[in-house]
Amino acid sequence: MVNTFKQLHDECISNNKKIFEVAQENMAKYADITVDEVRNFANKSLFAMKEAINSGMVSKELSLSGMCGQDCYKVQKRYKTERSMLGSVFEHVVEYALATSEENIRMGKIVACPTAGSCAILPSALIAVAQEFNLSEREQLNALITAGEIGRIISMKVSLAGAVAGCQAECGVASSMAAAAVCQLKGGNVSQILNASALALKNLLGLTCDPVAGLVEVPCVKRNPFLAIHAITAAELALCGVESKIPLDEVVDAMEQTGALMSPNLKESSLAGLAATKTALKIKKDVFG
Amino acid sequence: MKKTSLFDIISPIMIGPSSSHTAGAVRLGLLAKHIYKNTPKKVIFKLYNSYASTGKGHGTEKGLLAGVLGLNVDDRRIKDIFNSDIAKSIDYEFQYADNFKYHPNSVDITFIGENNMTIAGISVGAGEILIRKINDFRVNLTGNYNTLLTVYKDKPGVISQVSSIMQYHNINIASLTCDRNAKGKEASMIVCVDGVISDEVIETVEEIPEVYFVSYVEKLDN
Repeated sequence: MVNTFKQLHDECISNNKKIFEVAQENMAKYADITVDEVRNFANKSLFAMKEAINSGMVSKELSLSGMCGQDCYKVQKRYKTERSMLGSVFEHVVEYALATSEENIRMGKIVACPTAGSCAILPSALIAVAQEFNLSEREQLNALITAGEIGRIISMKVSLAGAVAGCQAECGVASSMAAAAVCQLKGGNVSQILNASALALKNLLGLTCDPVAGLVEVPCVKRNPFLAIHAITAAELALCGVESKIPLDEVVDAMEQTGALMSPNLKESSLAGLAATKTALKIKKDVFG
Repeated sequence: MKKTSLFDIISPIMIGPSSSHTAGAVRLGLLAKHIYKNTPKKVIFKLYNSYASTGKGHGTEKGLLAGVLGLNVDDRRIKDIFNSDIAKSIDYEFQYADNFKYHPNSVDITFIGENNMTIAGISVGAGEILIRKINDFRVNLTGNYNTLLTVYKDKPGVISQVSSIMQYHNINIASLTCDRNAKGKEASMIVCVDGVISDEVIETVEEIPEVYFVSYVEKLDN
């Protein structure tokens, strides 16, 4: 089993394989199933991601608390008549991310990837880019499996839970995975993909988990489109040959250390940060009494 | 909870908004149902700490009830479970408590019916769960393995008899947890295995004279 990104890199290079090939073969071995079965599993997740986007794009239903649920509608409304400054990929990423995040908080069906609060980052970036460049389902699956392998190796070292290491371990990791997915989609090589992940994660170190009223809504819903775009920035840089001076394994070490040093008040307990602001406390009182 | 497989990272497909407070709640309810097995007249859910204070905003109560009713984490009926026909088949009640000694996401599920049973569980993160107590016995059930639960008279040799039966049927034991009330009194044994346990194995374990109770708890699908 591959435990570090260095091992993953070396295994890819010495066998002349892509990350998704190594990942799906190792998963097949680990679960005692065929590579086709691994891909079928991933395909179910990919399909569910697209379903979540489709449902979210046509709903204006509010969340249980009433705090969120109509931002996707606002974004779509503007882009019906006005073009985004950054073009159509940006428009679709933001729409799909809000659609998925809002589906999550209104108790719709989503794919936790890696977690429910960060569920929109990878699918929005992956699917918007694939659509823009007419990339096949096979290529989308390759990208999803690549991203999954990135998340898996990070999770060997750090629990992907806000309560353990803050939001850097949830949305941060999701963005790092999405960067890898987009880089794979656009033809990046093994080293470019790992650089894309490192660049994305490195620039999110220290991200706290301080949700208002303890709910997966503020700032989580809107953080998803931000970090999906962040992932594309990382993928673009890596495809240009920009490298992370700190290798991905060490960025993960830094994330683990940063998470351990972070106050528990900033790790999903809603005792500090945004959750402790005057407005947040008022919202909490309004929602829970 | 550490995730170790590619599948864990790109799943589960679930009803939102929270893997610990929604999907975890469904899985706790579902595993409790698998353990209890009978049809209860009433179910009492006692939610603690974060489950009690933020459960409403996360659909935790809905998830717990849906699980006890046999729904999976991706079932769209969870959202409106209180108004669904299947929820009308049983009586249920929610209670709320604070206890700093408990994990933030804790729940006690009490089934009332032909026999009564209280199952204490926690949601440890990322949808992973742990049943830590069944009535007065400490256990360690994650729902990730097919598991044989037994209650027996605490006496030398019972554990080895059960493990011999497993060996005879070529079943690999993944973990084994034992607990007892007091020396020579009732004891519990939780055997998690790779693969499945057949009816024949269960019957053979039931035939051990010291064994009072055997229950086979199948792992959760997702």
